[in-house]
Amino acid sequence: MSDIENFRTETRAWLEANCPPEMRQPVRDDGDVYWGGKNATFKNDAQKAWFEACVAKGYTVPAWPKAYGGAGLDAAQAKVLRQEMSRIGARSPLDSFGIWMLGPALLKFGTEGQKQKFLNEIARGEIRWCQGYSEPGSGSDLVSLQTHGEDKGDHWLVNGQKVWTSYADQADWIFCLVRTDKDNKYQGITFTLIDMSTEGCSTKPIKLISGASPFCETFLDNVKVPKSYGEDIPAQVGEINRGWDVAKYLLGHEREMISGMGGGERTAAIGASMKRLTAKTGDDLDPVLRAELAMFDVDALAFTAMGERFMDEMKAGKGHPAQPNMMKYTGTELNKRRHELMMSVGGSRALEWESEDTGGGKPSRNWLRTKANSIEGGTSEIMLNVISKRILDLPGA
Amino acid sequence: MPLFHTEDQAMLAESASGFMADEGNIAKQLRHWRDRDCKDGFGHALWKQMAEMGFTGMLLDEEDGGLGMGHVEAGIVLEEVGRNLTPSPFLTSSVLAATALKHGSADMKGRYLPGLIEGESVFAVAIDETAKHRPDRITTKAEKSGNGFKLTGSKSFVIQGASSDMIVVAARTSGADDEEDGITLFAVPKDAAGVEQNPVRLVDSSMASHITFDGVELDGDAVIGEVDGGREVLNAMLTAGRLGAAAEGVGVARGAMDMTIDYLKQRKQFGKLIGEFQGLQHRASHLYSEVEIARAVVIKAQQLADAGAESADLMTSVAKAKVAKAAGLAVREGVQMHGGIGMTDEYDIGLYMKRDRALGEFLGDAYFHANRVAEMSGY
Repeated sequence: MSDIENFRTETRAWLEANCPPEMRQPVRDDGDVYWGGKNATFKNDAQKAWFEACVAKGYTVPAWPKAYGGAGLDAAQAKVLRQEMSRIGARSPLDSFGIWMLGPALLKFGTEGQKQKFLNEIARGEIRWCQGYSEPGSGSDLVSLQTHGEDKGDHWLVNGQKVWTSYADQADWIFCLVRTDKDNKYQGITFTLIDMSTEGCSTKPIKLISGASPFCETFLDNVKVPKSYGEDIPAQVGEINRGWDVAKYLLGHEREMISGMGGGERTAAIGASMKRLTAKTGDDLDPVLRAELAMFDVDALAFTAMGERFMDEMKAGKGHPAQPNMMKYTGTELNKRRHELMMSVGGSRALEWESEDTGGGKPSRNWLRTKANSIEGGTSEIMLNVISKRILDLPGA
Repeated sequence: MPLFHTEDQAMLAESASGFMADEGNIAKQLRHWRDRDCKDGFGHALWKQMAEMGFTGMLLDEEDGGLGMGHVEAGIVLEEVGRNLTPSPFLTSSVLAATALKHGSADMKGRYLPGLIEGESVFAVAIDETAKHRPDRITTKAEKSGNGFKLTGSKSFVIQGASSDMIVVAARTSGADDEEDGITLFAVPKDAAGVEQNPVRLVDSSMASHITFDGVELDGDAVIGEVDGGREVLNAMLTAGRLGAAAEGVGVARGAMDMTIDYLKQRKQFGKLIGEFQGLQHRASHLYSEVEIARAVVIKAQQLADAGAESADLMTSVAKAKVAKAAGLAVREGVQMHGGIGMTDEYDIGLYMKRDRALGEFLGDAYFHANRVAEMSGY
């Protein structure tokens, strides 16, 4: 048996022994997702056991090096683990912006001291992170950000306001873009790590059109951020005033992650399930709506092939480096269209905001949620700008 | 299998691309023959050159003198055909008719394949009977007559029918008009008595015939495959032809798009290159995205068909529909972004628009295939 097949056998046995049956059920509500952090509580013993087993094995961050809390899996092994987990429907043991965003930035730009401290904390789910990028006056034009860090010798005195900070009200630390040189637009931003329990740091949830509040405003009023958290642990990632490089890297990473969500519900055809849905409510598919669904399914199935090609080309080092922008643009627009159609098929039932029948208004709340797809992580318009400039090489783009 | 070309396929693409750009370009072929009001609408010399390149018999089995290649390879040639708007019998002869003849008897193969491989013969296919592609309904009848058949009915949109040495005709030998079974395919020689061709020039300068079969006497050895068992072969032809048309459509789309993006970098108005205007940049980038997706689904469908996968039929319709949408967008945006000169005959962008229209209609348009996707998906 090849090494990789041995690994599959071992992994299967390990999952069998360590993943409790309850953790193989689909996620039903927010409580089923474990985000970690200082104030985190487990919903039940199974969630706790599964999380702890994964931490011990390095499986909260399987591809990170062992020294930083990972399992040191190579790409092929990580794929096997994903396959085996999805085969039994295993839930993610730990969701975290530390894993998805700060981690990759530290792995690329961090000092050894930062990696030792922060990556291990993330892997063990001890610290919950949030991201402080956007500001009220700086959305798409992120580089115009104003939150200021004044150099006070041994610390930065930070003042400003961040917005769209995901789950900031539940986070322990924030990785934050701070202007440290007002005269230098691109090379005057520092990627700063801030403990949110510091005096002057406060948050306020933003209620969205979907009724949920996954985002906050975060206020920084005279927050004293020490320049160092210990030996070889500076408060900034990368060099001072060079945080834009880190931010750009992470944005690229984020778009890749969003665009890589090919497969699954996001891209599947929907016509057949919509027909079943109308049969359940005693309705017929309007012929014009059916035609729209058919056209949608053509686009959705074609996009699935695009996702496959995108991944294949990425793995082989082919394909344009700016292609994730195209995937993000097309994938998110498609998803918005999907939910528009699902609302139309659902009729008045899909309008119910609180009924038990709709799981507390899932159709309408999800529909509204998708409107953010083409705004967050770079708007569709910004994606089109990037394609114009980097792929089509259009003048002045 | 990853969704990009293998090394061998990439080499084929390189040689096909160079060859079609040199020999099959718009000035040398499409405009040349069109401006001379050529009754074939294509050049026989180029067809011979395509034979020398090994293209004409690429889908045929090696024991029949072919190259034993698949839909991906045929698509590589067709994408370059599309990019150069090259008029040629490749899609109808080397893809559609060749797929039918693969199911013919040894005798029939001996009669027709050498001429095809040599680039001497041209074949056509007669499937449609009305102005829209409706292969589920075939009313042209072939009745038993002595040892052979008598063919009666009419066909439309027979591309290069009048230039062809032989026409593959889908006819009904039993059952009702819209029944699945009871179809038989015939290889009808061009000079058979009772075949009346009415060739017309189409918007893209290609030639297509309305054909009437008035009691055409055919020998039993004109039958391709089994009597009453032609539906399966017809379906194989349709899949090959639709994949081919989709690949050609990707070439049309990319040709039109490249031309247009070049133009955005040259044309100045208001003291600026028009490509600097965001109103055009975003539309160009949207177009790029759609064409990329169309490319991806075409190679996906080609690979599935080459692997004999069950989902190949569905993905072929997805590909044909997606390409029709993307290429349609490419030529419409192309003409619009070229402004006034986009409306002139002198400029090539309009030729892309014409070709796209004809190619999109061939073997089912976006509506036909989207409807098919819905039906195959169960709604």
